[in-house]
Amino acid sequence: MSISRRGFLKIAGIGGAGAIAGAALPAAASESDFEGYPDRYGMLTDVSKCIGCRSCEAACNKQNKLPKPETPFEDLSVLDTKRRTTAQAYTVVNKYNTRGSSEPAFRKLQCNHCNEPACVSACFVKALTKTKEGPVLWNDKLCVGCRYCMIACPFYIPTYEYDNAFSPRVMKCTMCADKVAKGDGAPACAEACPTEAITFGKRSDLMALARERIRTAPDKYIDHIYGETEVGGLGWVYISHVPFDDVGLPTNLGGTPYPKFTKNALAAVPMIVVLWPVVLGGVYAFARRREAIDKQTRENAVANAIETTRADTQAKADQAREAALKRAASQAENEKKKAVKEAVDKALEEAKQQQSGEAPKEGGA
Amino acid sequence: MDNAKPKLFTPFNVITGLILLVGIPICLYRFMGGLGAVTNLDNNNPFGLWIAFDVLTGVALAAGGYTIGTIVYIFGMKEYHPVVRPAILTAFLGYFLVGVGLAFDVGRPWRMPYPFFMSQGFTSVMFEVAACVALYLTVLFLEIAPVALEWLRMKALRNILVKATIGLTIFGVVLSTLHQSSLGSMFLIVPNKIHPLWYSTFLPIYFFVSSMIAGLSMVIFESSLSHKAFKNIIDAEPHPFDHDKIVMGLGKAAAIVMFGYFGIKVIGVAHGNHWHMLATPYGLWFLVEMVGFVLVPCFLYALGVRAGNVKLVKFTSFLAVFGVVLNRFNVCLVAFNWELPMSERYFPSFMEFMVSLTLVTAGLVAFKWIVTRMPVLTEHPEFRESH
Repeated sequence: MSISRRGFLKIAGIGGAGAIAGAALPAAASESDFEGYPDRYGMLTDVSKCIGCRSCEAACNKQNKLPKPETPFEDLSVLDTKRRTTAQAYTVVNKYNTRGSSEPAFRKLQCNHCNEPACVSACFVKALTKTKEGPVLWNDKLCVGCRYCMIACPFYIPTYEYDNAFSPRVMKCTMCADKVAKGDGAPACAEACPTEAITFGKRSDLMALARERIRTAPDKYIDHIYGETEVGGLGWVYISHVPFDDVGLPTNLGGTPYPKFTKNALAAVPMIVVLWPVVLGGVYAFARRREAIDKQTRENAVANAIETTRADTQAKADQAREAALKRAASQAENEKKKAVKEAVDKALEEAKQQQSGEAPKEGGA
Repeated sequence: MDNAKPKLFTPFNVITGLILLVGIPICLYRFMGGLGAVTNLDNNNPFGLWIAFDVLTGVALAAGGYTIGTIVYIFGMKEYHPVVRPAILTAFLGYFLVGVGLAFDVGRPWRMPYPFFMSQGFTSVMFEVAACVALYLTVLFLEIAPVALEWLRMKALRNILVKATIGLTIFGVVLSTLHQSSLGSMFLIVPNKIHPLWYSTFLPIYFFVSSMIAGLSMVIFESSLSHKAFKNIIDAEPHPFDHDKIVMGLGKAAAIVMFGYFGIKVIGVAHGNHWHMLATPYGLWFLVEMVGFVLVPCFLYALGVRAGNVKLVKFTSFLAVFGVVLNRFNVCLVAFNWELPMSERYFPSFMEFMVSLTLVTAGLVAFKWIVTRMPVLTEHPEFRESH
């Protein structure tokens, strides 16, 4: 079996990741296991039909009671600059020069209501939800305003009311969830579109419709439904007569649902919570044990030293005593000898004196 | 301590006073006028200076708490004990300011307890960060509380907390591992927005390992500054310790960790096969970060330690800290949205800078207030050798 360098590094990396934090396993090979809620609603944009009239923008503005824009919706000069969604506009139409056609193309931007939305997984208070009807909705009652949903969205869609000091909201397209739930027809933009570039319906039906259009006009359309697989599937899908990249739909996002990118890192949390105390407790125990052994060794050494010193001292003392005794003994001996000698000398002296004394006495007598 | 009336117009007081004088009204204005009134944030750039600096950098630079705690209490290297308290105090103030910084940044700060008590978004990395930071701030509070309790001579309570040191340290390391790495995990969800040289599935590991560099280097940096600034307090200590020896030991550790960090960053480039990108402007900037502020300080640390040059090690700690700051800014701001045209990129406003500066200044003032009163840099005579 041969492993390429990259493959090897990948394996080594995974091993390292597991060992250090276990946090960064690349997304599993399998794509989304979640097929999406059955019967959910979706939208289909046919880019080839859009004429850039901004009727959808006006209808959206009215439906959602958003503030009137500075330039009226009839003024098409705004199409000359690239725009994005804002807190005052849930949808905007942009004009694009494309490779496929000499005519400019137009495309409507709004929330794509992903099957597995990055924003929903990113919300730490579940203020964003993917409803089983299809729309991705934001809850004013829970949002803290961290704006991580805006970071997470690969399409740069959610917007924020930065100028609202006391109750700033995350603003984005709701696919007119209230209107649809009331049975009041389709989302406002779809109803307003004069060219039927926007179609509302069950997502499964829209996929069939999109396929049918591509099948019946294969020369006209790019043979791809944007949003069928992108980031795990979108609720809002697109067909186009020009490359999707050219109308601002990124084709490098891949098919992995975005929540998967953080899922494995989060899965490592309980691992660390359980394993780290074991590892650190072990290191602590080792350190303590080494400390205890060191202490024991030190104590033993001290005890030994004391013992040796004591024995030494004892021996020296014994020796000294012996020597002293010997000295004392010899001194005593000497003194004794001296005393004896002195006594003998004295006795001899006395005897001599006696003798000489007696002699003249005897002689004189 | 000193019977002389303390001087009011010291350079420290004048400078911090001026910063607070300008900064505090801006802080108030943020809450009265909203984020739009003081920041350059917009819909493409929802994270700005306050996330990059106050949160990401703040958390990384407060890593000295868990790093030194582990070295002293878990590895049992008691010779580093003199720097434990300043490191934990720095960490506590750092995390406290991270919390304050977040309150400035989120739209409705009064809802900050929501993720804990109202609705838990377990699938969000942000939830993990919030939970760990909140818990760790509590742990740090309990770890630093004995300092205040010794000061207040509340012996019984202080002794209970000191007994919990090992447990708190281990819990603190668990939490630090989690949220230091999670701050990197937060950016895993934007593979399409961050330049490939900075985006990696290893981001959590990069953030965790580099937090150790920041922790070790900050302790060198901060304790060296403290030794200058609070010389009179430290010199009064009857049992002085060898600060240079501690600096050398930490410098050696930092050199080794940095070498490892450089290695795993290279693996990241190899893993993504991004070598060709090194020759682009972003690639050069990446090399500035990796060579100028990782490899160079790594070698300078090693050189300083081998040559016994304390000054070089202290200087290098500044470089290393700056390298970690640069990394957080690069991930969060410079490499983020790299494909957008310059007109749609973000640069912080003057008022955003002022708010961040005000928070740092408040932290410094608090640090000074505490160490000039409580037994942080020195030992309390009544509790000597009992911790």
